[in-house]
Parts: sequence; C-alpha cells; structure tokens
Amino acid sequence: MSDDHDHHDGNADHELRVSKIQDGTVIDHVRGGQALNVLAILGIDGGEGEEVSVGMNVPSDRLARKDIVKVEDRELSQDEVDVLSLIAPDASINIVRDYDVVEKHRVERPDVVEGVLSCPNADCITTDGEPVTSRFEVLQDGVRCSYCGTIVRAGIAELIDTN
Amino acid sequence: MRHDHLITSKQLSRADIETVLDRAAEIADDPAAAADRHTNALLGLLFFEPSTRTKMSFETAMKRLGGNVVDMGSVESSSVKKGETLADTVRVIEGYADALVLRHPKQGAAAMASEFVDVPLLNAGDGAGHHPTQTMLDLYTIRENAGLDDLTIGIMGDLKYGRTVHSLAYALTNFDTRQHFISPESLQLPREVVYDLHQQDDTQIREHEALESVLSSLDVLYVTRIQRERFPDENEYQKVAGEYQIDLETLEEASDDLTIMHPLPRVDEIAPEIDETEHAAYFEQAHNGVPVRMALLDLLLSGGEADE
Repeated sequence: MSDDHDHHDGNADHELRVSKIQDGTVIDHVRGGQALNVLAILGIDGGEGEEVSVGMNVPSDRLARKDIVKVEDRELSQDEVDVLSLIAPDASINIVRDYDVVEKHRVERPDVVEGVLSCPNADCITTDGEPVTSRFEVLQDGVRCSYCGTIVRAGIAELIDTN
Repeated sequence: MRHDHLITSKQLSRADIETVLDRAAEIADDPAAAADRHTNALLGLLFFEPSTRTKMSFETAMKRLGGNVVDMGSVESSSVKKGETLADTVRVIEGYADALVLRHPKQGAAAMASEFVDVPLLNAGDGAGHHPTQTMLDLYTIRENAGLDDLTIGIMGDLKYGRTVHSLAYALTNFDTRQHFISPESLQLPREVVYDLHQQDDTQIREHEALESVLSSLDVLYVTRIQRERFPDENEYQKVAGEYQIDLETLEEASDDLTIMHPLPRVDEIAPEIDETEHAAYFEQAHNGVPVRMALLDLLLSGGEADE
C-alpha cells in the first residue's frame, strides 16, 4: 500500500504524494501509527470499493514520522475532518481535483464529537444497548462523555467505535 | 427556573436554586395553599433500583399537590425484564403521566431518557452519577440551618461513589462556600468531579484524610455512609470506617452551632447519642424532601414558572 519509491525527504516528495490522486482527499501529517484510526473515524474500510492509499511511518519534516492517507473520489467535509483532531491534531487536509490541490486546511478541534467514540465506562447508559448516539465534549486535553461525565485523556484512539 | 427537566445540579444557576428553595419555603409555611395546585396531574414513577424514601417522598409530594402517581413497580415485574430499552419504556410511560421520575443504575440514564420525552423528567439518581432532588433538599436544609453564603462545610465519608456528594458539591459552587472533603484516600472525590469544581470561579475546595484538621471551622458537617462493599475485606473496612464515625466525644472540638446532616440511611457513622443534640439536622433534612419535591414538581408542571 505504501509507495516504496517516494520515501526520500523533501517537498518534491510531498508534491509527488499529493499529486498522485486525481480527485479526492489527502490527509497528511497524521501522527505516525494513527492512519488506520483515521480511516476508522471516517468510517472507511474499503468495503464500498473506495480507492484508498495509506502510508505509515514515513519520514517527515514537521513530524519525525508521519502517516498519510489518500482517499480517491471523496471530498471530506470540515466536520468530518475536525473529528480527526482528536487523534491527529497536526493533520493537514488537501482536497484534490484533477490532480491539483484546490483546498488545503488544518483540522480544528470541534466542541463535540458524536457517534465516533464509545464510552469506556461500563456503567454508562450509552454502553447498555440503548438507541443513543455517543456524544463527547472536547476538552483542552481530552474528551468527556456527555451522558456519564467520564473524562478520557489518554488512549482516545482506543475508543473509536468501529461498528 | 426555566428548565424542561431536572437532570443534574450542574444545570442549575444560583437563581434557579433560589427559586426552588423560596417556593419550597412558601409551601412548607402553608402546605394547604398548595393542596390543589395540580389536581388530576399524574406523576410516573420509574424506579429501576430499590428506593424507599426518595420514592415515598415523591409520592407524598405529588399527592400533597392534589395529584396522583402511577408506578412502574419493580423491574422484575415489568417489561424491562423482557429486554425493553429505557428509551422505549420512558416513551410509553410518558403517554400515561404528566411528569416522570426516574431512578436507574446506569450513569447518564436520566440525561438520555430526557431526550426521548416531552414531559418533564426528574432524575432521582443515575448510578454513581447525580441525584439533584436530594441536592435541593440538602441545600434547603443548609439554608434553613446555617445559610448558604459565607458557609464552611465539611463533606465526609464515601466521596468517590456518593452521588449525593457530587451533586451537592457542584451546587454549592454557586454560593460563597468553602468546601472541605474528608475521606480515606481510596474514597476521595473522583478526579472528574474535582476537575469540574475547579472550573467554577472562586471555588474553594480542600481535601483531607482527618476530620480533626477542619472540624472546629465547620458550620455544617455532611456525613455519608462508607459502604462495606467498597473494601476488599472486612478488616480493612472496619479500620477505615471507624475513623469516619462521629459521637459526642468527636464533637467536643466542634462549634456549638455546627449542623450535622446525613442523606440517610445511616448505619453507625453517626452515634444515636447525637440525635438529641441541637447539631442533628438529618431527620429534618429527610422531612424537607416533601416540600422541596413539591416545589420542583410545581415549577416543572407549571412550565417552569411559579404563578406569582
């Protein structure tokens, strides 16, 4: 999946990566090792036949090692990418049309994330088979379940609801 | 008070709290004047956990307002046993009643349930979460005995699992209070609660392991029960619980005006010899549950506004 031939450093490499898809979204500067969690948050598992490329732990100027995710034929909305800030706060989002980057933006921390994480508190009503969508308020340094109040600071990626 | 539901004391401002307490005081002064406030209104009782006093005091409150109650009964005899979700249960019962009271073992149950109903829903305890109607009667009792401003309160016992403690601590941040939390290390306030308390302006909270260090400064001592099941073995429990029991000897260091409260039931954390002293306010506190719940029901059933 990773593009073996472009693992050298520099901007040329960056341009090369980004220009590789024709239309879609490139999520760059994801923290090393989080690419699969990015896909999980976005609900992309390849099952719909989407063309997806993932680079993991490639050298980066901004981060020591970064992951990069490219999704063909899908332009991610700001709401969708903001959720990524929980696990990939440095990520940059490139919207590509006809091989050109037409929009480039950073993820911003949302106030609330819904339906993305599941509460780790076994006594929380949201983990009890009720028809309720999980909801977490985003704090400075973590997230907090809107229902039971549990605060999670470390290991947020482990709470990603993959169902 | 302008709320559709009562889920947590965190949602309440100082003005909200004072509206409820003022209404409760009016009702306590002249209960007969409230007797036909809600004739024919029905309150749905949904208690998914056993309760004696909370349930009875809600029932009393509703009847004293001229209304009546419909009771889901015990979980064992209800459709919950058949696997019905809480969301479905409340949507069904909402069709029978003008307001709902919910106690449930899961944290966040009342918050979730309130999203599925249009009638007012009152949280009567959600697991280790919140118990705001208890908080309101606690505040009422504190106000009657010691006042809510320039107050130094000690809250002692099981602070980790005690939902009455969490709700009370939040609510007190609306007032000029110094809060001392006294507990064994293993039963300290959850960090979530400490975090929230520190988010409030001017909050003064301190944590202690020994009552002696603060007892003489207290206007109110709020005692809670340390439960046996929180400890791995009996010896450990006995050792710890013994340090958080009070008797007349303990109180030698206390102010003459100290008010002692307890949400009840107590086991042995307050010696019976204290019951006859001026300090004891816990039975009065329990009785206050009726006018305070009458006030809450009256305000919520009247669309959030008292008739002036």
